[in-house]
Amino acid sequence: MTVMEQSPPALAAPEAPAVPPKPRRRRTPATWVRGGGLSTLVFLLPMLVVFLFFSWSPIVQSLVMSLQKTNFIVTEWVGLDNYVAVLADPLLGRAVLNTVSFALLALLLGFPLPLFMAVLMSEVKRGKGFYSALAYLPVVVPPVVAVLLWKFFYSADADGVFNSVLGWVGIPPQPWIQSAVQAMPSLVLEATWAAAGGSIIIYLAALLAVPPELYDAAEVDGAGIWRKVWHVTLPSLRGILFIMLILQIIATAQVFLEPFLFTGGGPNNATVTILLFIYNKAFRNSLGGDFGEATALSVMLAIFLGLLSWLYFRLTNRWSTS
Amino acid sequence: MTATGIAAEERREGLRRWLRRRGRERDPFAGAGDRSIISTSERRRGSVRGSLVAVHVFLTAGLVVAGLGPILWLAKSAVSTTQDTISHPFQLWPSGIDWANLAAAWNDVEISKYFLNTLVVAAGAWFFQLLVATTAGYALSVLQPKYAPILNGMVLATLFIPAVVLLVPLYLTVVHPPLLGEDATLLNNYLAVWLPMAANAFNILLVKRFFDSLPREVFEAAKTDGAGPFRLFWSVVLPMSKPILGVISVFAIIAAWKDYLWPMLVLPDPAVQPLSVRLPAIQSQTELDVFLAALAIATIIPIAMFLVFQSVFLRSAGLGGAVKG
Repeated sequence: MTVMEQSPPALAAPEAPAVPPKPRRRRTPATWVRGGGLSTLVFLLPMLVVFLFFSWSPIVQSLVMSLQKTNFIVTEWVGLDNYVAVLADPLLGRAVLNTVSFALLALLLGFPLPLFMAVLMSEVKRGKGFYSALAYLPVVVPPVVAVLLWKFFYSADADGVFNSVLGWVGIPPQPWIQSAVQAMPSLVLEATWAAAGGSIIIYLAALLAVPPELYDAAEVDGAGIWRKVWHVTLPSLRGILFIMLILQIIATAQVFLEPFLFTGGGPNNATVTILLFIYNKAFRNSLGGDFGEATALSVMLAIFLGLLSWLYFRLTNRWSTS
Repeated sequence: MTATGIAAEERREGLRRWLRRRGRERDPFAGAGDRSIISTSERRRGSVRGSLVAVHVFLTAGLVVAGLGPILWLAKSAVSTTQDTISHPFQLWPSGIDWANLAAAWNDVEISKYFLNTLVVAAGAWFFQLLVATTAGYALSVLQPKYAPILNGMVLATLFIPAVVLLVPLYLTVVHPPLLGEDATLLNNYLAVWLPMAANAFNILLVKRFFDSLPREVFEAAKTDGAGPFRLFWSVVLPMSKPILGVISVFAIIAAWKDYLWPMLVLPDPAVQPLSVRLPAIQSQTELDVFLAALAIATIIPIAMFLVFQSVFLRSAGLGGAVKG
């Protein structure tokens, strides 16, 4: 930066005593090109093009569309009608409740488990790489493959894969994703399996960053292993735990793949999530969906998630500098 | 000593200092000799030692069953008959190995075609993401025009906008792209998948932070040697950025391999659909053993990539959680 901005004045310097000093150096297109302005723009061009067409303008467009009604021939402004209509949709409450229950179940199951595994893995001296690789393996399986595979595992027959396992310990066959009560927990189980490895790796890295002096100090004070976990390890992980909590809420609020492929929202709407609801509004009907209502709901969800992301960003920025 | 000699020496020193700085950061997977919760003296106690053995057994058993189990099961079922898989899902050794499943999936169900489509989707997504992230990161971090902070802010702002809000307007953009005339459409065109993936603020943030950490002395030296902005980018900045390019590449290829909803929307023609979109669609018309073979084929490349580039994967996973440049 410094060299480029200094070079034009440096070139102008020899003639400076001859002519009276100008109050401001004139900026012409030619000096702009010579100063590197054009090549900078060339480097920025790919980003400007893709962000303009595929990020910035769709963001503005979604706000506009949420206030319009269109049948692709005539488009009219309808104010907040789309918002009112989508909020009055009886299925929306169901979708919100389902999404919240997915998120809560995912927290209950998917939050403590990776932490527990990571603490155990960080304590063993040998085989850490082997364990991390094994734990991360499910994350590498393409999500669509994982869901289709688990769909087969969840077969309600007595010979089904999971029902066979239950049979070994004397539990009768379960309907899994075919029952309105068990469908959501089944989806959460698969989602947890698919995601836990990533969290384990993050916690492992965070555990390494706990200052060893703290453990030494705790021992001097006579702390045993459990008290060290409770009074040193967990408090040191407070930051990353909170970050992971926010990240998980952001991810689960947008859950789509599992309900879409496992159950399609059934049985009896028990697994319709907010994103599935948006998808159905916009794309289920091949003749053209209700884009206005779909974007209105997207915008409301985005505001909620945007606030969470902003919080996440503030936190990571603070914690990564400390 | 000539001017270029000094510049070269400066550049070497800058590089050395930078490497030292990087070397000091703790590597989470090097297994440094630092202590963890349990101290060395505690490890000598009998009860603790016994518990640690139990932990080993628990971790090995749990992770093999949960992590490896489903994949091994899929591998076995891919070469078993439908009859075997349905009636004895846990038979350790199938009654006969049915290699024909794999051939049937590859040829008759045309997995080969969809596999190739997936490769094309991933390769293009990789290329465009690298192109956009490196050029933008270079312009914003190294060239730094006066308006850089504004652009930076506009890119960062998109990080807070979840992809879901863009679904409908982005779809309409693809159906009728602006500036390309009335009849133009990007539907069934791979650009419809590649370009939106390239508009990735997280990539730009990662690359920019990495470029910010590169030693400015090296850039100054290269400029003194007469390197223009393009030369500086291609011959100095990019070669120094292999670690971050590796991370972005892994992110890009894996994301493209995994993506489902978006390609399903913008690639309605089965002939151009990737595996992830095609697999759920063919399930109902495909026999179970052949279908499981197809699932196995779709899993091979990501698993192989993971086994080869394990450290890059695990490091990227850590990056995904906490944005640390």
